[in-house]
Amino acid sequence: MAINLKVNGTVHSVTVEPDTPLLYVLRNDLALNGAKFGCGLEQCGACTVLLDGVPTRSCVYEIQDVAEQEVTTIEGLGSVDKPHPLQTAFMGEQAAQCGYCINGMIMTAKSLLDRMPHPTEADVRATLAPNLCRCGTHSRIVRAVLRAANGG
Amino acid sequence: MNIQNLSRRGFTAALGGIVLSFSLVPRLALGQQANLPGSLNNNRMLDAWLRIGPDGSATVFTGKVELGQGIVTALAQIAAEELDLPLTRIKMISGDTGQTPNEGQTAGSQSIEASGTALRMAAAEVRAMLIDLAARRFGVAADTLQVGDGVFTAADGRRVTYGELAGETDLHREATAKIAPKPPAEHKIVGQPIPRRDIPAKVTGGAAYVQDLRLPGMLHGRVVRPPRYGAKLESFDEAAVKALPGVVAVVRDGSFLGVIAAREEQAIKARDALKRSARWSGGEELPDPAKIHEHLLTLSMEDKVISDKQAPLPDGATRVEATYHRPYTAHASIGPSCSVAQAENGKITVWTHTQGVFPLRATMAKALDMQPSAIRCIHVEGSGCYGHNAADDVALDAALLARAAAGKPVRVQLMRDDEFMWEPFGPAMVMRAGAALKNGRIVDWTYDVWSNTHNMRPGAPDGVNLLAAWHLEKPKQPAPPRAAPQPAGAGDRNAIPLYDLPRQRITSHLIVEMPLRVSALRTLGAYANVFAIESFMDELAAAAGADPVEFRLAHLKDPRAKAVIEAVAKAADWKGGQGTGTSGRGIAFAKYKTLATYVAVIVDLELDRASGKIKVPRAYAAADAGLIINPDGLTNQIEGGIVQSTSWTLHEEVRFDRKGILSQSWDSYPILTMQEAPKTSTVLINRPDEHSLGSGEASQGPTVAAIANAFTAATSRRIRELPLHPERVKAALA
Repeated sequence: MAINLKVNGTVHSVTVEPDTPLLYVLRNDLALNGAKFGCGLEQCGACTVLLDGVPTRSCVYEIQDVAEQEVTTIEGLGSVDKPHPLQTAFMGEQAAQCGYCINGMIMTAKSLLDRMPHPTEADVRATLAPNLCRCGTHSRIVRAVLRAANGG
Repeated sequence: MNIQNLSRRGFTAALGGIVLSFSLVPRLALGQQANLPGSLNNNRMLDAWLRIGPDGSATVFTGKVELGQGIVTALAQIAAEELDLPLTRIKMISGDTGQTPNEGQTAGSQSIEASGTALRMAAAEVRAMLIDLAARRFGVAADTLQVGDGVFTAADGRRVTYGELAGETDLHREATAKIAPKPPAEHKIVGQPIPRRDIPAKVTGGAAYVQDLRLPGMLHGRVVRPPRYGAKLESFDEAAVKALPGVVAVVRDGSFLGVIAAREEQAIKARDALKRSARWSGGEELPDPAKIHEHLLTLSMEDKVISDKQAPLPDGATRVEATYHRPYTAHASIGPSCSVAQAENGKITVWTHTQGVFPLRATMAKALDMQPSAIRCIHVEGSGCYGHNAADDVALDAALLARAAAGKPVRVQLMRDDEFMWEPFGPAMVMRAGAALKNGRIVDWTYDVWSNTHNMRPGAPDGVNLLAAWHLEKPKQPAPPRAAPQPAGAGDRNAIPLYDLPRQRITSHLIVEMPLRVSALRTLGAYANVFAIESFMDELAAAAGADPVEFRLAHLKDPRAKAVIEAVAKAADWKGGQGTGTSGRGIAFAKYKTLATYVAVIVDLELDRASGKIKVPRAYAAADAGLIINPDGLTNQIEGGIVQSTSWTLHEEVRFDRKGILSQSWDSYPILTMQEAPKTSTVLINRPDEHSLGSGEASQGPTVAAIANAFTAATSRRIRELPLHPERVKAALA
């Protein structure tokens, strides 16, 4: 079934089963690498994208439920040449080891900064608590979000 | 970051031009090759490591691979430094059986020492050859040439680039290792916090992982693992699964079962259908988890005394004894393991996030009954592995499926439960320590550690350590478990304390039977042994009525060990354990593997006595890794290790019952969250005149013991069994 989908400002038409999780459409049809498969269970946050600005676990969110909502992925924030302030801050703090969780950290932080431009460290930690990091990069991730909030 | 520079010598000779020195390595008997430093010894040709292109750039080949630890950036720094090239002109190629040296596994915090040393020596030699060529071209003395940015300039202004000289020299020659690398005082790139090469793609959605590989015509595969160890596949509904949308092939070989589909979600649905219809028989019963440590001690074992130091035992000494336990723990990578394989014309190419492309290739060849030369393993980064997770297993899965895909590449990613239930765990262990004290000093020390092997990786000479190989119709057998020699050791890693003790007897017991699948998890046995030894040191300090810092310093001779303890005590403003009933501080120390980085850690602990929940809000570390290559990378490793160890220590144990593994998701294997992660600060002690030491696993041991010691400081109770989860804490307080 053909489904229209607005991702990072562009409308795409994809032909997939309506119950297909958004993650596989983003990765395999639209060749967007940012969102990652981590658990398929809404437990880790590696697959986080924004739907109309709301952090959403794309590993279980079905394509048929996206409807008119705008999908934003980490590719929609910026690029290596033109990074978003959050991406700049993550590079500045070297806030990654393996980096597999970082997509989810940045997308969740984006939604936080959109509604709360100057969060406290406790706000950042509470917002990112559902996103798991295994390498132990937690402190740098928090510092990067605060750095972005403070204008880099 | 706080870096102290401590130079062993007060000066470093400033030398211009090339420095020739004579190798101190003695020639062995006639006909034998001289030992070369680091991985040069097994990969002796210069062009195995370095090639200079006509454009003046250098391509560097390393057998070590990026695991998120920043090694590729650090190795690029070393090569750029010795070649006098900017980092932008260093191209790195790592972990490819078709291109790079064989450096075994990227493991054990050895990459800087093995690959870094080889590259430093090879690059210094190549640079010297280029200088020599330039000097001859200009007819001038080598030491009159200026070099910078890949260009030699003569005193009269004539210039020649590395690229122009590259065609005049043949690097396909054996390294001599006789050219001294730059003295550290001249370093401009080594020692700098150079940003990692891999991070920009990782924060912008670039192609950074094997999971992101997207080859033309690529299909998607999934596997169906047995429900428990040893179960046999009896039947499944093949016709129904083949009829599902997108299914290309169902592959069964004995009890190995997998499916290939056009789309990823189709492969997942087909896997679910296969799983529902599959009938399995038999399987192994697991031990009672409540008595796992007692059970392990009943199994067959090989005992070895690894240290035996004799001295008269004085009369009237006070004896102290304690036994400690660690549980099985999981690597629990955030991204389930993934591989892409393509089988064409009797050859297989595998893109893999293995830690060792050559050992994997050798073992895959046995599993697939192929020649190693018909298999090419190419490393592409994956989610962090922290040791031997399922990365190697999924490479064989992908190859088995690719053989049924008519030449098309097949991408296989494990599902979350596959990764948890079938990964090789870090072994459960028992540590028993005993000591005698007199006049506040340890006069006798005994220590026993019981553990399974920590190395069931691919690459063993006799056996096939890959999961699917054991499930085939004609199954392959795993290699027998082996003890690893000291000083690095395995289960007994860090079992010999660095303390200077007059009398000690340390025994390593290798438990041969493995009721749960086990292999290498970051630090191997060091996490458990440092937990036991450093907990016990605090118990002894308490028995001696001494401050834990003073007690440790009194038993140490190594000045570098003392220096990290003193540095962390100063950074944390140590004034003892400062227990209040709900808060306290603890310290611990280790030199990783007794031959790598020195780390001392102090943690602040907070306790909610009602819930039994422990929090570690703050951790301080001091580390001495010899000559620092990249201080920011080193700090990231030390601090990451502290946080990961805090997670292991407070939360982690693999849950199982008699029927199988129960830890199958993050619900049943919780890890530390963002709100629980300690804030960390690290003092780095740089020693430019000392060899660089491995640091990737150095802080985990000190962290666990510092937490256990802080708990005791807070509560006057001692917990000797990990993890320190709320039920155990409440039991200790009762």
